[in-house]
Amino acid sequence: MQIDSFSPHEQALSFRARRNEVLSANIANADTPNYKARDLDFQDVLNAASRPSSSLRTTHATHISTGPAGVANGDLKYRIPVQPTLDGNTVETDIEQTAYAENALHYRAALAFVDGQIRTLKFAIKGGE
Amino acid sequence: MSMFNVFDTAGTAMSAQAVRLNTTSSNLANAGSVSGDPSKVYRARHPVFSTFQVAMDSEIGAQGVRVDGIVESQTPLGVRFQPEHPEADENGNVYVSNVNAVEEMVNMISASRSYKNNIEIVNTTKELLLQTLSLGR
Repeated sequence: MQIDSFSPHEQALSFRARRNEVLSANIANADTPNYKARDLDFQDVLNAASRPSSSLRTTHATHISTGPAGVANGDLKYRIPVQPTLDGNTVETDIEQTAYAENALHYRAALAFVDGQIRTLKFAIKGGE
Repeated sequence: MSMFNVFDTAGTAMSAQAVRLNTTSSNLANAGSVSGDPSKVYRARHPVFSTFQVAMDSEIGAQGVRVDGIVESQTPLGVRFQPEHPEADENGNVYVSNVNAVEEMVNMISASRSYKNNIEIVNTTKELLLQTLSLGR
């Protein structure tokens, strides 16, 4: 077992943290004229992360690794409003709030997974004590 | 870590909403004020919000709210014929401020709800960060 094998949950945490930032910006700008609500698309990020050629190959020890590409580079998309408003603002507070709650729950889930992995490692290190 | 920007974003939004609440209370307090000179009558004030980038280290999100300025309402003033009024002009008219009390009440409720929303965002984000800190304990 590799120590750095928190990978899917670690990436999930980073994606959820970014999405949290985007959604909170939407809620903060709920009353700003002409503000367009934005969101990250999980499917896009998942596709980018699971594409094998998405990171550059390093052929020398001094090359800088590009790391797991994808997660951080998900494109922001504009939300299509269900009920457009006259002031050009496309934030719908109820939609943003449910998305925010869902995102926070996913963040907690990813945290729980990483926490479980750390506990397992600790258990193994201490020899089952 | 990008989640710390949430505090800035929500903080600027809360301060903008507080400005809105302030103008609302000022408008309601002066709702019935009159004057004989139309240029001296209180006119309803409303803040203008705009978006700005809170943090430069974040290429996404972190879009805060800024109050660009306070504009005075251009709605026509009410004119009342009241010759016995000490402020009345030579025609016996006084001018009443153009504050619309119903509009101001709606503004107040909307501002207070937006303020509360941002408090919830800050609380949830704080809780998530605290849980992250206690990882592996």
